[in-house]
Amino acid sequence: MKELLIILIGAALVNNVVLSQFLGLCPFLGVSKKTGTAAGMGAAVVFVITIASALCSLVYNFILVPMELKYLNTIVFILLIACLVQFVELVLKKYSRALYSALGVYLPLITTNCAVLGVAIINVQSDYSLLTSVVNGFGTAAGFTIAIIIMAGIRERIEFNDVPKSFQGSPIVLITAGLMAIAFIGFSGLF
Amino acid sequence: MNKYIERIYNGVFKENPTFIMMLGMCPTLAVTTSGNNGLYMGLTTTVVLTAANLLISALRKAIPDKVRIPAYIVVVASLVTIVQLLLGAYVPVVNELLGIYIPLIVVNCIILGRAEAYAAKNSVGLSFFDGIGMGLGFTVALTIIGSVRELLGAGTIFSYKITPSSFEPISIFILAPGAFFVLALLTAVQNKLKLPSATNGSGEKAGLACGGDCSHCGGSTCTTNRDKIDATKPEIGKNKN
Repeated sequence: MKELLIILIGAALVNNVVLSQFLGLCPFLGVSKKTGTAAGMGAAVVFVITIASALCSLVYNFILVPMELKYLNTIVFILLIACLVQFVELVLKKYSRALYSALGVYLPLITTNCAVLGVAIINVQSDYSLLTSVVNGFGTAAGFTIAIIIMAGIRERIEFNDVPKSFQGSPIVLITAGLMAIAFIGFSGLF
Repeated sequence: MNKYIERIYNGVFKENPTFIMMLGMCPTLAVTTSGNNGLYMGLTTTVVLTAANLLISALRKAIPDKVRIPAYIVVVASLVTIVQLLLGAYVPVVNELLGIYIPLIVVNCIILGRAEAYAAKNSVGLSFFDGIGMGLGFTVALTIIGSVRELLGAGTIFSYKITPSSFEPISIFILAPGAFFVLALLTAVQNKLKLPSATNGSGEKAGLACGGDCSHCGGSTCTTNRDKIDATKPEIGKNKN
């Protein structure tokens, strides 16, 4: 139990997926203009990464390892993730209208999010079991959500600030991200 | 200018994937802690990009339009696996340095972007040189960013100490926040000088279905623009007839 907690906090805060590993930067910079949309994107990422970690871990441990096809993991994972996102979209559309209208627009964006593939590969490289993979996936996605919501909150305030002309737009967003990254380095002394 | 040389010039200067089109930002920020790392990552990506362009261009008539994206992904993922195994066998140092960012070349938007925007429409030879050009452009950009960070953060370039001992390295530049700061300054300078770049909205969009505007995209423009392009296709066909 203690080990799971360490993995969870480590993935969410210490090795934050966006601010220290630079995965999933595109949505982090692109969908962080409003806290509402940022939260929606975060929820969709939590949903997809958690399921994808479980699925990739299952396929890896019970199909690829017994058949000695470990080296195919990149191809298998990217296809699994692409199919999974399509499948989740279809299922949500059919069975849960409310959830679909909340997350639907963000789902297609996630296939190209390198955080999903990144987590699946990290799980494999660290030899995580099914349970630890899911915990690691959930923690990573939670870290993404924390980072993108904080970012959106800051950006909403930047709107009213007097930013120098050449720093308007993406430069000030990148500087904000840099300052957040400094703050998150503080977590590395946690363990 | 020879049209093949022109592709290389285009990739390195006119449509540089990093400085001008702002594509593939994840590896750009993640591996540029030193000039060497940037160089290795750039060369690895160049190999995959060139081979992917070559194969996709050769298969462009065989791949049905509806399933082209999954088909491209399979091609790219297979190439990345091959490159990863080769690196692991012959240059394990590079494999360990770049680690997880090698398999993640699959989702680097430069590769799918070039496949979609160029290789799917042009001849094998041109696509091959386009891959080399874009790859070199990416390599040059990563090496420059990596060298700047290494110089400021460690006082060395390609691991050779060049600053006087009185210079205290600003180690934040080789840590994660430094990547954001360097890129922020780069885009700010581009804004100030009104250089062509995706971030200040005046760059050449290169006919990419997504517009190449990564910093404001988030992924949705690709699908919406694609729909627009598909909608105009029949009209163009009619005009031809």
